[in-house]
Amino acid sequence: MLEIRDLHVEVDGKPILKGIDLTIRAGEVHAVMGPNGSGKSTLSHVLAGREGYTVTRGSVTFEGKDLLEMAPEIRAREGIFLAFQYPVEIPGVNNTYFLKAAVNAGRKHRGLEELDAMDFMQLVREKMKVVKMKDDLLKRSVNEGFSGGEKKRNEIFQMAMLEPKLAILDETDSGLDIDALKIVADGVNSLRSPERSMLVVTHYQRLLEYIVPDQVHVLAGGRIVKSGDRTLALELERHGYGWIEQQGVTAA
Amino acid sequence: MSASSETVEELVHKAYPHGFVTEIDADTVPPGLSEDVVRLISAKKGEPEWLLEWRLKAYRHWLTLREPTWAHVHHGPIDYDAISYYSAPKSRADGPKSLEEVDPRLLETYKKLGIPLEEQMALAGIAVDAVFDSVSVATTFKEKLAAHGIVFCSFSEAVRNHPELVRQYLGTVVWPTDNFFAALNSAVFSDGSFVYIPKGVRCPMELSTYFRINASKTGQFERTLIVADEGSYVSYLEGCTAPMRDENQLHAAVVELVALQDAQIKYSTVQNWYPGDEEGRGGIYNFVTKRGECRGARSKISWTQVETGSAITWKYPSCILRGDHSVGEFYSVALTNHYQQADTGTKMVHIGKNTSSTIISKGISAGRAQNSYRGLVKVTKSADGARNYTQCDSLLMGERCGAHTFPYIEVANPTARVEHEASTSKIGEDQLFYCAQRGISPEDAVSLIVNGFAKEVIRELPMEFAVEAQKLLGVSLEGAVG
Repeated sequence: MLEIRDLHVEVDGKPILKGIDLTIRAGEVHAVMGPNGSGKSTLSHVLAGREGYTVTRGSVTFEGKDLLEMAPEIRAREGIFLAFQYPVEIPGVNNTYFLKAAVNAGRKHRGLEELDAMDFMQLVREKMKVVKMKDDLLKRSVNEGFSGGEKKRNEIFQMAMLEPKLAILDETDSGLDIDALKIVADGVNSLRSPERSMLVVTHYQRLLEYIVPDQVHVLAGGRIVKSGDRTLALELERHGYGWIEQQGVTAA
Repeated sequence: MSASSETVEELVHKAYPHGFVTEIDADTVPPGLSEDVVRLISAKKGEPEWLLEWRLKAYRHWLTLREPTWAHVHHGPIDYDAISYYSAPKSRADGPKSLEEVDPRLLETYKKLGIPLEEQMALAGIAVDAVFDSVSVATTFKEKLAAHGIVFCSFSEAVRNHPELVRQYLGTVVWPTDNFFAALNSAVFSDGSFVYIPKGVRCPMELSTYFRINASKTGQFERTLIVADEGSYVSYLEGCTAPMRDENQLHAAVVELVALQDAQIKYSTVQNWYPGDEEGRGGIYNFVTKRGECRGARSKISWTQVETGSAITWKYPSCILRGDHSVGEFYSVALTNHYQQADTGTKMVHIGKNTSSTIISKGISAGRAQNSYRGLVKVTKSADGARNYTQCDSLLMGERCGAHTFPYIEVANPTARVEHEASTSKIGEDQLFYCAQRGISPEDAVSLIVNGFAKEVIRELPMEFAVEAQKLLGVSLEGAVG
């Protein structure tokens, strides 16, 4: 589904990612862990196509297509979804209206008919259950005045609505208390399927207790320094990132 | 939009071969302004003596005035002697001969707004020979209004058929000596609309300039007078969402509204005159005086405007709240892109007791545009219990545009309550990226955000207008995203 080869990325002339190789197959859940400044967020933003990141080397293919050639909205319509660490507020724009525009942009791209108001609302009702969304959040402006937990729930709700092929969760656990974390994780788990891949980017192991990954990669200094199964995350928690950086140095 | 109203729209946008202006089409008044020109205009329109005197008085006063310079706009000097003050046929003759001669960007915009080809040609100022069966539509419409005793006609017609009404109300809200541009308009106004709603009548439909065939080609010095007699109600729509091309650079219109006791006037405008090109060349100077007077108790005047066109907009639709318990409202969206400049706002003058006013102003600025809100809330000594609420929001796109707020508050009565809120925000790259990541293109995202920002105003527009205005806001900002 996703193939990252020797990816080098600079921000303002400063190298951040220094040769990432990562393959995610359909249905797999991969976790990328790493300390602050290791390049985790850069990786998710580059995949989503945010401006300000310069790819200096390497390639990313998504379902056989060159992802880096695509505009961000095309990537989204092709099935890449980024759950933001800090979901953006859009004052005055109704949450439901926003979602309808998003869903229909995707449908149009795939050659499907746009959903009318009735069908759309039916879909909304169905998907709201995934993250136990409250009705009033639908009527409010996008993320405006939402609590941290509500924003993250809204992200997962959008993900449920947009049914992506690859979901990137960027520090989705940050700022969540344990109850909110459970709800969000349950939502994500209910969206796991053999066709849908996920890339879970996180600083802490905590989230991975709820969203159990197939593979864990440790990112440090712009490189993946270690990969393993989910026990790697536990080990990492026991020893701290300092341990892995030492390992990384010896491995290199 | 319903099929019938489309037909009506078509009808007014097409060249109309007949009408009251035809008889004088052949004459051309050479450029320049003098008493003789004023007399000539009046004579050609067959006006009564009192109206000629009224024009002359305005002209003589205009000579003593200087063009105002206080607005936050910049433009080269206007040569008033280079303007032809009676030039109905001029733009037709000088206009492009075919669509190939029209700015392709303008055509692109027409396409995006979904305007049919024939209509595009008419809007672009091309003579269209197509015959249309629409006179019957207008006639049916007029008959329906006449059954209610409503007068809705061109200004010239009103002068001929209802001189007593015109004489009673003309210039009583915007005096012919009011300001430089109002005085100029009063001296040379070409034509416009007249509306009279009799006592207790609720006008059964939205009155739109669309319906008035003769409205075309009177854009330069247009004059509108609306009188709502006691207990009546009228909703009036002015303008058109399609960008209108016009050879005349200076537009100085005057609109006067009079609401008598318990009457209500709702006046909605969508202004989309040619704004000039992306480099700021060309475009209309829209210097308009609009004012309404709530003359009777419990009367109400509500202005709603969506201003996206013109190179320069200078416009302050105002309310004189003379009647006790009268209400004034002003809802405005002013959008400027590229090199456009807008200095717009309102004046709310509280005279009667317990009068209240609401001002909601939304300024959107992109490119290198400058967008100013200028408003006056004046509470006179007599206005016990007056209230005002003002909200002024600005939205900026990019680094090179400007938003400015000039609120003036004068309160001479201690019982008054005046509130003012203001905010400035930016369309952020993070918002656009967030939308893009959900599959929404930058153009659609901007349209979404801007319409969200402006929705308190848009929802004041009549339904059909509101839908068009929303589309227009998006289209007007194209090219604003880098």
